[in-house]
Amino acid sequence: MITIQACLDGILLGVLFALIAYGMALQWGVMNIINIAQGDLVILGGYIAYFMYLYGIHPAWGIIVSPIIMYFIGIGIYKLVINKVVDRDLFISILATFGISILFMQLMNFAFGADVVLANSGYGTTFLFDSNVVLPNSKIFSAAVSIVFAICLVIYMKKSKLGRAIRATAQNARAAKILGVDTEKVYAATFGINAALCGVAGALISITFTIHPYMGLPYTIRSFMIVIVAGLGNLPGVALSGMGLGVFEEFADYILGTEFRIGSVFLLLVLILVYRRFKLSRKREYLK
Amino acid sequence: MNKKNLILYLIVLVFGIAAPFVFPAFKVQLSILCVLIVLSTTWNIQGGEMGYNSFGNILFYGLGMYLCASVQVGMFFPLAEWTESGGEKTFVHTPAQFFQGMAVGLVVAAIVPTIVAGLIGYSILGLRGHYFAICTLGLGVAAGEISGGIEIIGAGQGFTTPPFPDFGGLEARGEFFYFLSFFVLVFTFIAVKAIYSTRFKLILNAIRDNEDKAEAMGIQTMKYKIIGWMISAFFCGLAGGIMGGLVGYIDSTDVAFDGREMGVFMVLMAILGGKGTLWGPIIGATIFHIFKEGFWTFFLGWQYVALGVLIVVIVIYFPEGIMGWLREKYPERFGEVVDEADRKAQVELK
Repeated sequence: MITIQACLDGILLGVLFALIAYGMALQWGVMNIINIAQGDLVILGGYIAYFMYLYGIHPAWGIIVSPIIMYFIGIGIYKLVINKVVDRDLFISILATFGISILFMQLMNFAFGADVVLANSGYGTTFLFDSNVVLPNSKIFSAAVSIVFAICLVIYMKKSKLGRAIRATAQNARAAKILGVDTEKVYAATFGINAALCGVAGALISITFTIHPYMGLPYTIRSFMIVIVAGLGNLPGVALSGMGLGVFEEFADYILGTEFRIGSVFLLLVLILVYRRFKLSRKREYLK
Repeated sequence: MNKKNLILYLIVLVFGIAAPFVFPAFKVQLSILCVLIVLSTTWNIQGGEMGYNSFGNILFYGLGMYLCASVQVGMFFPLAEWTESGGEKTFVHTPAQFFQGMAVGLVVAAIVPTIVAGLIGYSILGLRGHYFAICTLGLGVAAGEISGGIEIIGAGQGFTTPPFPDFGGLEARGEFFYFLSFFVLVFTFIAVKAIYSTRFKLILNAIRDNEDKAEAMGIQTMKYKIIGWMISAFFCGLAGGIMGGLVGYIDSTDVAFDGREMGVFMVLMAILGGKGTLWGPIIGATIFHIFKEGFWTFFLGWQYVALGVLIVVIVIYFPEGIMGWLREKYPERFGEVVDEADRKAQVELK
């Protein structure tokens, strides 16, 4: 029974990870930037929902409000910092976003305090298999909302004019520029959309799990891991590896104990990278 | 080494020896500065010269810290009981035991991380660029999380290092740690300078500039990468061991494997001073430490905000660092031949 419980928990959690990872894949593919502050954007989105909860609004509205606010925050970050590192070495962007991450962490710590908080949605729980498996309804709700948002985004990227421009820029920024795409605007929009996705994910995390100002980095690492396993621009892969990671984490939590949960995520990252490296080095290639 | 340089080094050496007596209030700060310089200089070996930007040297630093303290305690007392008592002074080191333990501890703290670096080097150094950076970041954080779950070294509640022995009221703790760290700093500087004057440094530079071509030229890049990484690890472990004794308290994520502070600091100091130069990390570390201490003292609470802004500003506006800026301004001083016509043309272009 514990196996089914861990699998279901993991899958529902993994859908959320996949949503964050999709944002990371988007900006990585389009702007060639690895955003270490991704996790902190998620937590910030969560705090927006939590704040609404504090003022008596149902936190589920956060999934509408939080992405809107986060979109503008994302554009602000892009205008201030990211547009100066887009064409530079990837290490520069890693370090610069690391700086943003530290900044956000501390600002959130000031603004919201260092307590672990949770926005109570009051959705109740579902009992399956003679109440051996317990599923909070909020988890099911958050997974469903993530899927809806992901599908909307995919359709938007396929059909809309901006989506076409983003995909064109991802393929070849220079050619897109020649053909009249304002790449600067596309980059800003991409970063904004990524931040908005983080906002949705954060709002969902604040009602399903807990949020804390310093919890950002693990989300970044998870989404990075999902992207390198699935590859850029492979949405089913992102969804599947997200769920795989979620299941892995639940089992690690159950077998090793909660104190090793985050550690095992980071170790898994190292193992995956090393595995990929040995696989590629047989063909005398390396991860690019 | 010519005469002018010799005089300069002598002045620095005399200043270094006199410093704790001239500024007795800053002994601890000066010792930390020495450790920071060691860290940034050795980060520069593989970060600047070899082009492998690592966030994970904190792994060796933390490892050295835990090892030094564990050996120092474990040589004379049961380690588990020590950590369980949480710094209660049930066991007291005699002066002889303290120094013996420290000496053996530092040797272990230097050797074991070197071996660890050699063992994991083959797998990790096959990654390049940002994959290497993220992988080492993961290593550092994983080490912190895992060591925070191990009971014998204090788990979440921390590990108190042996207190400095009492010589009948003589307060020599500050001096001892200062001269220890200063000695390690001088040792590091001499070693790094010696390394930089060999063919080895040229090989590292070749790897940084184009690894595939370096390999095609017949250099066994993997071997040299591992050696460079091991040299870094050696000094990081040593620095960690000293820092553990200096701070007096080891916590898994806040002191030892502190990727958010020390792990970024060493990268930042090297970048601020100028990657890939001998003096750059030293200058960078000094300026950074002064700035940081000023901020930590006067704007307590806002230090991480300042740190975040500082990282962004340095990375965006000074990616070449101070030495890089000087080099652009006074190329003749760095032994570069400048064509006068070429320079004029460049000025006109601007």
